[in-house]
Amino acid sequence: MPRVNPIDTEYFKDERRTGDFTVIGKTVQRSDALGHVTGRTEFFEDRTFPDLAHVKIHRSAHHHARIDDVDVSEALRVPGVLRVITHRDVPSNWYVVLRLIGIEPNDEPVLAEDRVLYKGEPIVAVVADSEAAATEGAARVRVSYTELPAVLDVEEALAPDAPIIKQAGTNYFVYEGHHCRRLRFGDVERGFAEADHIFEWRYSSAPIEHAPTETTGCVVVPQSSGRLLIHSNTQAAFFTLDNTALILERPFSDLQVKGGTVGGGFGGKVDVMVEPLACIAATLTNRPVKFVYSREEEMQVSSPRAAERIYIKDGVMDDGRIVARKVMLYVDAGAYSRHSPYGTTKACAHLPGPYTIPNVYADCHCVYTNRTPSSAMRGFGVTIADFALESQMDRVARAIGMDPLQFRLRNAYRDGDMKAHRKIAEGTALIEVIQRAAALVGHELPEEYRALTSSTPRGDQP
Amino acid sequence: MKIVNLKVNGVGRTFIARPETTLLLALREQLGLTGAKRGCAQGACGSCTVLLDGQPVVSCLVPAVTVDGSDVATVEGLADGRKLSDVQQAFLDGFATQCGFCTPGMIMSAEALLDRNPNPTRDEVNEAISGNVCRCTGYEPIVSAILDAAERRRAGANL
Repeated sequence: MPRVNPIDTEYFKDERRTGDFTVIGKTVQRSDALGHVTGRTEFFEDRTFPDLAHVKIHRSAHHHARIDDVDVSEALRVPGVLRVITHRDVPSNWYVVLRLIGIEPNDEPVLAEDRVLYKGEPIVAVVADSEAAATEGAARVRVSYTELPAVLDVEEALAPDAPIIKQAGTNYFVYEGHHCRRLRFGDVERGFAEADHIFEWRYSSAPIEHAPTETTGCVVVPQSSGRLLIHSNTQAAFFTLDNTALILERPFSDLQVKGGTVGGGFGGKVDVMVEPLACIAATLTNRPVKFVYSREEEMQVSSPRAAERIYIKDGVMDDGRIVARKVMLYVDAGAYSRHSPYGTTKACAHLPGPYTIPNVYADCHCVYTNRTPSSAMRGFGVTIADFALESQMDRVARAIGMDPLQFRLRNAYRDGDMKAHRKIAEGTALIEVIQRAAALVGHELPEEYRALTSSTPRGDQP
Repeated sequence: MKIVNLKVNGVGRTFIARPETTLLLALREQLGLTGAKRGCAQGACGSCTVLLDGQPVVSCLVPAVTVDGSDVATVEGLADGRKLSDVQQAFLDGFATQCGFCTPGMIMSAEALLDRNPNPTRDEVNEAISGNVCRCTGYEPIVSAILDAAERRRAGANL
């Protein structure tokens, strides 16, 4: 089949050792495609087990509330309901998935204890013979609440008079003693003072749900050895195994995760949301247990991409050089950390974009609110930051009457430049990529911009 | 509870269905045919598409007891041994699968289209799969594969 975009063999020609390429440029069939077209690919829910029990969840009705009482008596009277699971049944109820890479504190309960921090937070799990009985049982759990003031905006959450929603005492993740992830390079205020123009704009994004066609789920099967076999559609088998074992207070070797077949993930299946409760249910009932999100749960409570708010202030010279950039960035982690402390660090690491700017200042905040916890999604941290940075580049270029591509070429980093993170730029190719993109769309660049390369030394060049 | 007789992929099958048993769950859990997927259980995603008396339906919305005596075609019945149907082969050759979860439903919608319209336009293909959601957003190769399958079918018919 002909490629839509033929491979350009001219670029980096001198860097290729001829004859070594055996796959690039050739068409290779996916190993799983035959299973996909015949319907034989085994997704986790395609396995059936005799005596399968089902888990459904009773979830918080409020964004922020104290739990005064939980009454499961009606749920237990539903025919087919085997038992209910509360936080008392979870051996180690508090976790944060990123503890595996040293992130702390454990800030999220598997099942809520005395407080709920977001609408849809799990409070009670109901195990039943059938999905219908589990759903009915979950609906009959009665929770009494005292509603608490909710914080639903990142900047309001950081205001001095905001209600503190987190046990740790701050509505933000603490980075090595600081209220945000910081980037400091040069003297940004001096840069602004010297600039011919100052531009400051705000960018914001809403949460984005991955909405995979296959919802999050797993089937846990107790083995005769006493181990638990977890059929899961997780994107992160080892994160799942390790976190589940820590929550269960069992050795890692007690669990086996079979996964790898994911009906759409996009980052939405890297949290550890269903396996711990399914394992507890399977252990308590000694039966295979399925816990799969309904479409409604997938939309309401699975972690979306974080909403972000980003302020970018640039100091720019008449000739198009950016001499100072200050970024205030807020990631809405929602109620719990999940992967957002890492995503916020990624956002900070991405600033100030692929441009050489002598004075840079950034504060990147991972903020807690009473919204659905956000987490990973395709390039999280970077994607929205890029939207803001590149929108800013276009707006600044137009404001000073400069072609947006020439404006980027003028500021693009080059080999040997010192980046704001105090790393020397190596192997840069932004200039060549922009030149090639311009040529492909018929955007004419003046000769001095066409002649630029990533290894052109800075000086009087544009 | 009711006894339901179906002809599934040409073979007579009998099972007992509760009033709330959907055709999808009967196929998956009682007849062991897991090709049709449960993506939303509300008729919105098309992952459970099968052919009921030749017509594409979202099987998650069809109570099994209402289709007693019908012909049902699922993705498992398309290949003849190891020989794939034209649509399956075109999906395979055209890289029209990514995660694969929407693929069986997508293929059944395509089979239904080509059964009634052997020479569809691109717009008609878009219309035919408008009820099938692909979240990997691979629609372009899917549409191209269906057009390719139509060509293969016509070439086969002319042999």
